[in-house]
Amino acid sequence: MASFWAKEVPATILVAALLMWVMPMMIGTYTLTVLVIYGMLGFSLGLIWGFGGILCFGQAAFFGLGAYTYAIAAINIGDSTIPMLLAVLVPAVFAALLGAMMFYGRLTDVYLGVITLVVTLILFKFINSTAGPEYVIGKARLGGFNGIPGFQTLNVPGQPNDYIYGDPYYYFCAILLLIVYLLVSWLLKSSFGRVAVGIRENEVRVALMGYDVRARKTVLFAAGAAIAGLAGALFANWGEIVTPNLFSLGQSAEIIIWCIVGGLGTRIGPIVGAAGLAYLKFLLGQQSMIDNTLLTGIILVLFVLFLPKGLVPAIASLWRISFGRRRKLPRHGARRIRNGGVGNG
Amino acid sequence: MAEVVLETVGLTMRFGGVVASDNVDFKLRAGELRCLIGPNGAGKSTFFKCVTGLLTPTGGQVFMRGHETTGWNPHQVAALGVGIKTQVPNLMDGLDVFENIWMAARRFLPMQDAMRKTTEVIERLALGPIARTELGRLAHGERQRVELGLVVAGDPWLVLLDEPAAGMSADDVERMSDIIREMTRTAAVVIVEHDMQFIRSIANTVTVFHQGAVLMEDHVDRVMADLTVRNVYLGKKA
Amino acid sequence: MDLVFVIIVEMLYAVASLVLISAGLAIVFGMMKIINLAHGEFMMLGGYVTITAVSLGANVFIAMLIIAPVIVGLIGLVVERLVIRHLYGRLVDTMLATWGLSLFFIGLATTIFGNTTTGISTPISGFTVGDYQVNGYNFFIILIAIVLLGLMYAVLKGTRLGLIARGAMQLPDMAAALGYSPERIYMATFFCGSALSGLAGAILAPLVGLVPTSGGAYIAKAFITVIAGGPSLITGLMASSGLFGLINQIFTFAVSPVMGEVALLVAAVVLLRLLPQGVTGKFFRGRM
Repeated sequence: MASFWAKEVPATILVAALLMWVMPMMIGTYTLTVLVIYGMLGFSLGLIWGFGGILCFGQAAFFGLGAYTYAIAAINIGDSTIPMLLAVLVPAVFAALLGAMMFYGRLTDVYLGVITLVVTLILFKFINSTAGPEYVIGKARLGGFNGIPGFQTLNVPGQPNDYIYGDPYYYFCAILLLIVYLLVSWLLKSSFGRVAVGIRENEVRVALMGYDVRARKTVLFAAGAAIAGLAGALFANWGEIVTPNLFSLGQSAEIIIWCIVGGLGTRIGPIVGAAGLAYLKFLLGQQSMIDNTLLTGIILVLFVLFLPKGLVPAIASLWRISFGRRRKLPRHGARRIRNGGVGNG
Repeated sequence: MAEVVLETVGLTMRFGGVVASDNVDFKLRAGELRCLIGPNGAGKSTFFKCVTGLLTPTGGQVFMRGHETTGWNPHQVAALGVGIKTQVPNLMDGLDVFENIWMAARRFLPMQDAMRKTTEVIERLALGPIARTELGRLAHGERQRVELGLVVAGDPWLVLLDEPAAGMSADDVERMSDIIREMTRTAAVVIVEHDMQFIRSIANTVTVFHQGAVLMEDHVDRVMADLTVRNVYLGKKA
Repeated sequence: MDLVFVIIVEMLYAVASLVLISAGLAIVFGMMKIINLAHGEFMMLGGYVTITAVSLGANVFIAMLIIAPVIVGLIGLVVERLVIRHLYGRLVDTMLATWGLSLFFIGLATTIFGNTTTGISTPISGFTVGDYQVNGYNFFIILIAIVLLGLMYAVLKGTRLGLIARGAMQLPDMAAALGYSPERIYMATFFCGSALSGLAGAILAPLVGLVPTSGGAYIAKAFITVIAGGPSLITGLMASSGLFGLINQIFTFAVSPVMGEVALLVAAVVLLRLLPQGVTGKFFRGRM
């Protein structure tokens, strides 16, 4: 733990600061902001899936809940501070309840995936149908497929007219991502984090040691949802509108693809995968030669077949082979994580 | 007489029409070492699973140190201070030996003590050379040893081992016998086993299972000599 | 009395469409333990093949019942050989790869057919029962669903092929030891499953305007129905389709179509929570 504070934290902050400073020179901050937000979203799934072994097909549900909570709260309150907090809390509480239902029911693997998928669908279908004027929370109309526009965006706490947008907003998001990253890193090094990884490996064994696996999974699940909710709130501020698409199956699929491509089981992987693929989509969207969806599909298939561990571990291996000392590489890898550890499913 | 640390009263486990455990009454006292033997399908492992919470019995009761634990979850049983080793080694394959044992120690000890305890256990079980090796890469015998280490690391007062000698070399088995004998100084131990030599070397009282029920419970020599037991089980030279 | 008749027909229709939508996925999941997330797209392709065949002059029923299944079955075969084959035993990986394939097919269909809605009219006209208008096509769908279930049962239980397939599904190594190539069996099974998906898509095509993204509407329902069905292929399919179809219709009548959909999804969550192994994991065990 000592080396974490002495070496890893300063190194991370340094690298992050460098990136934060350099990236805007290559990509506009408006685009960069959403890449950072997607990075945070991918990171949330990377935490619960890569480290916790919880396959969630509906991470988008928490993303959407965070965004919608922010929008609705902002319209009703007028200042952005409390809505930001609520946007983190509401998805976390929802996830805690959902998680408790699933984990205490001993649901595993595929069945977990199905239920999380279904929950996302329920939310999507429901919100999508709330276009009528009778669907209101306080002063905010849910708006159905039109979404909710025109809410108070991020302001300096207490000064509703002092907005944070544009470049400052980019730095705000980037710093938040850094903070989240450091917090999670600390969590993973703590006893809770190490036991969570143990649960991913073999939950029967961890239970036989006397740990309450169900409670721990629920907590981790809620933590991931909180991060996704935060990303949702940041997205709401960036896009200045929230729509049911945030809950969509497509969005959930994208998050999963980011993790696979980036590298499950690493912290940086999902962030890189998310930002990279989102940027690729942005670039592809500019051209009309080959269909977007077709390319995304091919990329996913190729990665599953040939680079199942994802980009980051592959690059890390390459680095080690080229420059590093020869030492045994861990064999567990992303494949085992994805297809279930012992005692799971 | 030492206190009764584990007791079952009329423990029954039915799977549909099959009665895997048939009205089993069982008593274990502090510091005792008991071996459960019997042919395949006799109900030893089912009994084991009912006691550890891996199965919920369909009838009867389980008591640990006087408290009823019938139908408890495995983690609740383990949290009482019971060490459990399953028939097929249940280990965290992607993590190394140190991490596996640390997790067991950490359950009952604060961080620093847990680290110390882990190093202690690793030394005691001669796991030093492989301490940083991933479990998935180890041979079966080594894995069994690590699992034993897991059990020991929790400082249990009751130890339940399902086939600890399976797949182990003679040296390993001897080392394990030493450790188990040491364990009985602080814990009561129940071992489900097939390896007759191993049982002879450590056992005192032996409980024989047959068709889900207890056939006989007596000193190991008397059990081995008994004709009924021989007919039921010891068809070959032990 | 007329109302009762109409309601019964609508209920049967809801169940029948679930059966149709899920059959292809059920075969592939039940026999090979593979979750083919491109199933919805196979259905979509079945629809497009039908439309194309009809526009080239084929009889609509032949296009729906023969041409579409065969072609989509062949597409499935190619998919199996190229992609699925490498991922056996890796459940989540097959889900991800087939998800990628589904995106690929959507993109492909968009490139070939464009984004606009195409459609064909239902080949069977409606008729009146008392005061109510009944869609004749619904009967056709109910009929096909029944025939399909019967056929599946007959093949699996009655033919040697079915027996071999069931054996391979239980214990592929043993089947191999007995001289049957599990590879061939998987190929054939995936072909049949894809063909069924194509058939379902072809039959359901006249009811909705077909777009490349139509598959998305089906996959979730099919997935849920199959998983909730449990290990028994046909019994499970009937059980979950029956249950969900009924609930869907009841809420559609009582409240609104959207609520009907939501009710189906909620029912799925509740069911899986109570019966994590699916319906036939607990009831009707051991049946086909």
